[in-house]
Amino acid sequence: MSTAAVASVPTWRRPGRLVASLAVLVVWSLLYLVLRGRDTLPLGETETTPLHQSFNHLSDSIASNRNSSPLFVYFFNYLQIWMTQFVTFVQSLISQPGFGRPAPLIGWLGVLALGGFLAWLLAGWRSAVLAVLGFAFIGWQGLWTEAMDTLALTLAAVLIAVVIGIPIGIWIGLSRKAARVITPILDFMQIMPTFVYLAPLTLLFLIGPASSTIAVLIYSIPPVIRITGHAIRSVPESTTEASDSLGATRWQTLTQVMLPMAKRTIVMGINQTTMAALSMVTIAALISAPGLGQTVLQALTTLDVGTAFNGGLAIVIMAIVLDRTTTAAGEGTERTFEHGLPPRLRWGVAGLGAIVTAVLVWESATFWWANTFPTGHSIGPSIVSGVASASTWIQDTFSGVTNVLKNLISGGLLDPLQTLLTESPFWLVIIALTALAAILGGRWAALSTVVCLLIVVGLNLWQNSMETLAATLIATVLTMVFAIVIGVAMGRSRRVDRIVRPTLDAGQVMPAFVYLVPFLVLFGASRFTAIVSAMVYAVPPAAKVIADGIRGVSESTVEAATSAGASTWQIIHQVQLPMASRALALATNQGLIYVLAMVVVGGMVGAGGLGYQVVNGFVQDRFIGKGLAAGLAIVLLGLMLDRISQAVASRVDPSGAR
Amino acid sequence: MTAHAASPDAMVSVRNLWKVFGPKAAEVPKSPQLQQLSRRELMDQAGCTAAVRDATFDVSRGEVFVIMGLSGSGKSTLIRLLTRLIEPTAGQLLLEGDDLMTRDTKAMRDLRRSKVSMVFQHFGLLPHRRVVDNVSYGLEIRGVDKATRTRRAMEVIELVGLSGYERSFPHQLSGGMQQRVGLARALAGDPDMLLFDEPFSALDPLIRRDMQAEVIRLHKEMGKTMIFVTHDLSEALKLGDRILIMRDGAMVQTGTGDQLVGAPADEYVRNFVQDVPRSHVLTLRWVARPERLGEEVADLTLPADTIIRDAIRCVISAGRPVRVVDGGSGGAGGSGGKVLGVVGEDEILTSIAGLEDE
Repeated sequence: MSTAAVASVPTWRRPGRLVASLAVLVVWSLLYLVLRGRDTLPLGETETTPLHQSFNHLSDSIASNRNSSPLFVYFFNYLQIWMTQFVTFVQSLISQPGFGRPAPLIGWLGVLALGGFLAWLLAGWRSAVLAVLGFAFIGWQGLWTEAMDTLALTLAAVLIAVVIGIPIGIWIGLSRKAARVITPILDFMQIMPTFVYLAPLTLLFLIGPASSTIAVLIYSIPPVIRITGHAIRSVPESTTEASDSLGATRWQTLTQVMLPMAKRTIVMGINQTTMAALSMVTIAALISAPGLGQTVLQALTTLDVGTAFNGGLAIVIMAIVLDRTTTAAGEGTERTFEHGLPPRLRWGVAGLGAIVTAVLVWESATFWWANTFPTGHSIGPSIVSGVASASTWIQDTFSGVTNVLKNLISGGLLDPLQTLLTESPFWLVIIALTALAAILGGRWAALSTVVCLLIVVGLNLWQNSMETLAATLIATVLTMVFAIVIGVAMGRSRRVDRIVRPTLDAGQVMPAFVYLVPFLVLFGASRFTAIVSAMVYAVPPAAKVIADGIRGVSESTVEAATSAGASTWQIIHQVQLPMASRALALATNQGLIYVLAMVVVGGMVGAGGLGYQVVNGFVQDRFIGKGLAAGLAIVLLGLMLDRISQAVASRVDPSGAR
Repeated sequence: MTAHAASPDAMVSVRNLWKVFGPKAAEVPKSPQLQQLSRRELMDQAGCTAAVRDATFDVSRGEVFVIMGLSGSGKSTLIRLLTRLIEPTAGQLLLEGDDLMTRDTKAMRDLRRSKVSMVFQHFGLLPHRRVVDNVSYGLEIRGVDKATRTRRAMEVIELVGLSGYERSFPHQLSGGMQQRVGLARALAGDPDMLLFDEPFSALDPLIRRDMQAEVIRLHKEMGKTMIFVTHDLSEALKLGDRILIMRDGAMVQTGTGDQLVGAPADEYVRNFVQDVPRSHVLTLRWVARPERLGEEVADLTLPADTIIRDAIRCVISAGRPVRVVDGGSGGAGGSGGKVLGVVGEDEILTSIAGLEDE
């Protein structure tokens, strides 16, 4: 039994593949020594090619057709106007002057009261206290208006996402056919690095609330659709059948059986959509979305770590408040119908709360003091200067340690790979990568690799793409090292899992931007900062997949190995890891996609590569075309990495995992 | 089965009913050649699975009819065909003489609302509703007003012995009590017929016995027609007036309990019933032997439908063989009825020991 279990090594770990891959790398390196510097397709930072200029023209012609093309006149423009009006309406409620008033309708006092009351109603008093204290603290940081802009944009997007997403989710939950059509679209929406679709959206919807809201929708609507579908599908058939047997119509079964039973899970979907929306609202600062993202973005581009930290902290607090409230609301739906207060008392308290809230909202609409957050005692400036000097101090004091780390990774890992990729002739890189893809992933992986890379060549951004690829690969390797250590520890011990998992979950809800800030404080602006923040962003999802894979290894196999006298280390690397190899491959896939998304964002803090070109496209008009091309190149790299890692995952012997 | 006409007098009359799953489902019942194939051959040749093959039977009003078979024999599919919860592939289906196959969706829904209710193996309760709201759910669907349906729900809750638990949620109840809720829900609409799909399989043995007794009691009190699916032979024998045994979707034998035990149709049924204590199921009819010439018999007679177990004391104390009479009232003197034969100590003892086959 134990020998059989230990011997069941999945096929892809056969030494043949490994040796062949190494051989490719060796040959490539040798050829590099001979051919170095030839056909490397360089392009200066400020140079553009005819292709990029033609993209510029394309963008100009779209702009000039805006008022003549029927597609714009009858569709995009309406969508744009409608979205803008809706978002402006929400903004004038809490963040911006509107309705002919010099200030938002509901001031800080009203928002605090309303936030606390709603959090209490939906989630309970703990969430209410958290919401009030959290928002008050953000105001104290001197970021009230920015935070309210972020909140307004997030709420507007979530509202639209829920109104559109839940019906679609119900539809894919009820119809397999719909699920088959819609799921790949959702996959695509989620796999695309968020950076990439910002620029094309501004072409269609101009810079402003409409394009940022649509960008946020693209990123944040998949969770609520997916999870609603899943919730509907998980309603036990025995229950729906019982309802049918009593003569219920489809509508009755849906509204009285399925939706009530799925409610809790659907709220979880709304939670995920809210967090995704918040994350994207901050990133949409790149296309001028107002709010905290703007604060952080401007600070990042001027490397003002103090301000970036202050803004990042506000985003984190907002994330925690929104996450806790929506999570507790999901748990609360079950609580209220069982042990809630007696209904009469509950209504009484709710009514009282509503009256108090209404009075406070009225005050905030009427009196200046209750409308504009008092700035007299703001803690913001102290945070900014404190963090700035702390950062200087840390970088001065620990520069020994941090520099060693930085140089070890940059010089020891990143530079050799980046040199190999950028200094080899482009055709050699394509041949070598295609060969690797063929060996590891098979025919189709090789085909997508060669196609993707050839298009990247055609986009005239070869060097930048190779820089991004190098950083992505190194960050993924490091991510996997950490993810395996954490994942194995979690998979083997329930206790570790209980302690670590909430941290990982919390890490995943944070907007991507925020990750850059602490590492910017530690390491300054560099490629290394981008790599480390990409790791922090990508380790949680990868570690969770690995932990589940390790736990999936059948207990009896582990028991058999233990009884055969295997040591803990032997069990991990000879039994559990090989048998969880499918999970490892899937985790690598996840890791790659997350890392790529973040490495690109890192372009803003000195990581260069495609990310920098994208950002540059937002900033300077004449680089719009180059930025668009860079966005396309990112999509292609992502597609290539996804195809290869998916192919590897599907080749892993499924009998290895349970 | 031969295709004699459906009987309009029966509560349920089923003729040549088929349910085939697969791409060419509709062709199977039409093709005499495909009909003959075994389950595996049908899968290989047509890519289809016949869950129910050519079912034909009648259930009379007030009868408890049991459908029995192992898992995968098609019994749960068959019971769902009866209210078209699963759509039959072919065949005829009458309920009180009314052709169900021609009814549209809405008419079937009305039928489920008022005439036929079902009790499920996994209860199928609504976890977010209290017991009383679960029980009244069927009435709510029909559009009955709240006061009326709550009143009715309370009545049925009392009927199934759940008084005091109206305000509980399903997960606060034990499995047996949850199934009582399922039973109450089915009874709330006052249907003419109740369908049970392995209702007690998920319960532990003692609770199961209570629930069986409950069903017997309800049947006595209300006299509703019941169709009961089970894989448990002792349950089938205990509850069923008649039992239908299924195997691989086809009907193997239909009969009363003592017919199945006394005259199994084939090896499959024989295996099924071999562990049944024969003296608990068979009647004197099955063990009576011809009276020998000049044999001294007891002064009293027994009806042929007496279960052997119930005759033991009587025969032993008589000290000599007892005459068995068909249709007569029995008792001392032996009035009326046709004498089928006699039963003595020997017959009783061999049937208790289960030895007559040897």
